Amino acid sequence: MPKIISKKYLSEKVVQLEIEAPRIAKKRKAGHFVIVRIGSNGERIPLTISQANTSNGAITLVVQVVGVTSYKLSKLETGDEVTDIVGPLGNATHISRAGTVLCAGGGVGIAPLLPIVEAMYKAGNRVVSVLAARDKELLILEKEISAFSDEVFVMTDDGSYGQKGLVTDGMEMVIAKEKIDQAIVIGPAIMMKYASMLTHKYNIPTLASLNTIMVDGTGMCGACRVSVGGRTKFVCVDGPEFNARDVDFDELLMRLGSYKNEEAGAYKKLLI
Amino acid sequence: MAENDLGTYSGRNEEWRLDLRKKLKTKERIAINRVKMPEADPLSRIKSYVEVNSGLTEEQAVTEAQRCLDCVNPTCIEGCPVSINIPGFIKSIEAQDYDNAIRVLKDTNALPAVCGRVCPQEIQCEAACFYQTKLKKPPIAIGHLERFAADRARNSGKAFIPEIAVKRDGKVAIIGSGPSGLAAAGELAKLGYQVTVFEALHELGGVLKYGIPEFRLPNEIVDFEIDNLKKLGVNFEKNFIVGKTADFKDLREEGYSAFFVGSGAGLPMFMNIPGENYIGVLSANEYLTRVNLMGATKVDFDTPVLKGKNVAVIGGGNTAMDSVRTAKRLGAEKAMIVYRRSLEEMPARNEEIQHAKEEGIEFLVLNNPLEYLADKNSRVNKMKLQKMQLGEPDQSGRRRPVPVEGSEYFLEVDLVIVSIGVSPNPLIPMSLPQLETSKWKTITVSPDTMQSSVPGLFAGGDIVRGGATVILAMGDGRKAAQNIHNYLQNIMKSKTTASKQDNNQNKK
Ligand SMILES: Cc1cc2nc3c(=O)[nH]c(=O)nc-3n(C[C@H](O)[C@H](O)[C@H](O)COP(=O)(O)OP(=O)(O)OC[C@H]3O[C@@H](n4cnc5c(N)ncnc54)[C@H](O)[C@@H]3O)c2cc1C
Ligand SMILES: Cc1cc2nc3c(=O)[nH]c(=O)nc-3n(C[C@H](O)[C@H](O)[C@H](O)COP(=O)(O)OP(=O)(O)OC[C@H]3O[C@@H](n4cnc5c(N)ncnc54)[C@H](O)[C@@H]3O)c2cc1C
Ligand code: SF4
Ligand code: FES
Repeated sequence: MPKIISKKYLSEKVVQLEIEAPRIAKKRKAGHFVIVRIGSNGERIPLTISQANTSNGAITLVVQVVGVTSYKLSKLETGDEVTDIVGPLGNATHISRAGTVLCAGGGVGIAPLLPIVEAMYKAGNRVVSVLAARDKELLILEKEISAFSDEVFVMTDDGSYGQKGLVTDGMEMVIAKEKIDQAIVIGPAIMMKYASMLTHKYNIPTLASLNTIMVDGTGMCGACRVSVGGRTKFVCVDGPEFNARDVDFDELLMRLGSYKNEEAGAYKKLLI
Repeated sequence: MAENDLGTYSGRNEEWRLDLRKKLKTKERIAINRVKMPEADPLSRIKSYVEVNSGLTEEQAVTEAQRCLDCVNPTCIEGCPVSINIPGFIKSIEAQDYDNAIRVLKDTNALPAVCGRVCPQEIQCEAACFYQTKLKKPPIAIGHLERFAADRARNSGKAFIPEIAVKRDGKVAIIGSGPSGLAAAGELAKLGYQVTVFEALHELGGVLKYGIPEFRLPNEIVDFEIDNLKKLGVNFEKNFIVGKTADFKDLREEGYSAFFVGSGAGLPMFMNIPGENYIGVLSANEYLTRVNLMGATKVDFDTPVLKGKNVAVIGGGNTAMDSVRTAKRLGAEKAMIVYRRSLEEMPARNEEIQHAKEEGIEFLVLNNPLEYLADKNSRVNKMKLQKMQLGEPDQSGRRRPVPVEGSEYFLEVDLVIVSIGVSPNPLIPMSLPQLETSKWKTITVSPDTMQSSVPGLFAGGDIVRGGATVILAMGDGRKAAQNIHNYLQNIMKSKTTASKQDNNQNKK
């Protein structure tokens, strides 16, 4: 079973894990994710591959603790084993030389944004990143994103760090200053909804990386379905990235709540 | 077919068979009534996951085997997609030589305990049995006997691991651990090749595990057969998606020289009607996977599943029947099948429809959903249905359902399971653009060899046929294995001739 090589807390509820998975490390590209399962009775959850290291055969995951499985994963220590890990899944981000790329990440969405920022930068684009978090403590990976960005703006809801405001405020500020050829937004569904409404207003082609509920991740169960341009798409095999303007974010938000009652009870039980 | 083509211990003219035939007169055999499979009581079984059919006793099995006339021309074999030597194994049961019964079965069927439980015998071997066709009497209970022989062997503690004649050079990769992949793996291992089965999920068995519920096919039976393959030397790699974790090129570099793709038909279809993405509307695959593979109904398992009081399952196949019966077991007060044709056209096995009826499942036939409605939390709470009537037969030969104008009505539901079919899993074709596929996205193969447009890559089961059956998938796996064998032998031959030629050249 794949071993955890290192572990670090990025904030109180966000943990970064380096896990031995040589085959996945070799194959993965920006945008790919894995599915992990903790324990023989565990559930399968998707997590983006944030970084990969082919020399030690490890992949890095950044996990926000929201429920049972992410909690269990966060409790594993260096040397512990992850029961199952499968991937890389999904389609890789289409990386091209677009010109100036605006990369906007909210909360733990900054983790999946990192490999895309890196790839876009290395492909010769001018990369402007806008990172947003509720407060200073919750902001993650600023240094890593900065290493591959020409400019970085940080927004916090309470103004405890960077500028006070929402991710969309930061984006609008960037758009006012320079011509943006392409935007990428990753974060909570509600953030992606408003961010893509904004870029739509300015006619900027925008990609959103969707986080739906998944079971198998191979196109077998249909749990991850979303409506894109009025047609049913499966995030695990057709995505996870879609043209943001076509995504029915309200439906996505609604579907994310599918197991809310069931999950809340289980998580509470686990914490007692 | 020449008589002794059917295996050494099972030819019709073997002494023991001649003796057996003399023991009872045909008239006496015909006078015996068909056995009835003992079943768990419907009212108690819907409160648990016990297997519905509890299997024949030895006495019942031997008596049923006596009914079989050991026909000169056993038409039952023609009805079997993999031509099991049916009288051969049945007569072994009559002779109480159970070791031989399982040996005969295993000659052509890698998973008799599975097939004995899930094959649609009533339209295959049993439909072609002399009793049915000529005597107009209930056919021999071939499926029940097959299950008996397989269970008996499993419970005897003796493992029937075939001998591997020769070890051969050649690594073969099998993609998918469903029935087609398992059958191909078994054959190739017996032929002496090094075989690895790659499986995307964290459990082996394909639909046998994640789809078919335990009240029809307990997981331990599938695991037992997989263990036997392990004993034969087959390697299994779980959590490994061919085309993603490694592609065909990588595997070739790792020494795999032939491939069998048995990746199944995964992708669920939806009707694309309004409200289909509301909370509480899910595909049968999601529902069954959560329950069967992920243990959603057991305490201490992390995966949740939605429960409903009024559950509607859309469709009429085996998958629909499994879903609706699962819903009943999860506490549904009303569990309904909504099907747009009539009971006669329903594709599910008869036995499953009967069992469902006994369990109190309601059948809303000639009904088609038009739309789903939801409460303020977006959870489905109603469906709009339309009544149908049957018109002229369509291309499938079944009478076409035609909507009855003005017949729309509403029905309260709080869980809807859509089970209108699946289309082939797209992962392999997506990762291998040169692979030829049909307009239904199935992999195109030569029907004689099961070889695809990519040399050395063979395929079978649902990825080739679309949603089909366990036995057809297994038949494909076996056939492909034989052809993979031929393919590899040809490569070896041309390699040796090539190297001989090289040597000759060098000498000159
Ligand atoms: C392609 C993809 C990539 C992802 N990458 C990352 C990543 O890199 N890091 C990371 O921390 N998370 C990521 N996620 C989200 C992650 O999968 C979920 O947070 C996780 O499934 C929660 O599991 P759990 O058992 O801990 O919580 P659960 O017990 O399943 O859920 C707890 C609560 O969170 C809500 N919830 C469940 N799933 C999601 C979701 N997908 N998004 C938002 N809320 C949800 C539930 O409604 C519930 O109220 C990704 C999701 C997808 C689809
Ligand atoms: C609920 C249900 C009930 C059924 N009931 C019956 C019945 O009573 N009788 C009957 O005869 N038939 C029944 N069927 C149909 C039967 O199960 C299928 O026809 C049969 O399982 C097909 O076998 P297969 O080997 O083609 O693929 P599957 O059983 O579908 O297995 C394919 C496997 O391949 C894996 N895979 C896919 N892609 C990859 C990849 N790229 N890399 C690695 N692994 C991969 C999948 O995860 C899966 O485990 C039923 C089907 C369902 C869904
Ligand atoms: S056709 Fe029926 S009676 Fe004849 S051999 Fe086959 S099973 Fe027995
Ligand atoms: S997660 Fe099952 S189809 Fe996408």
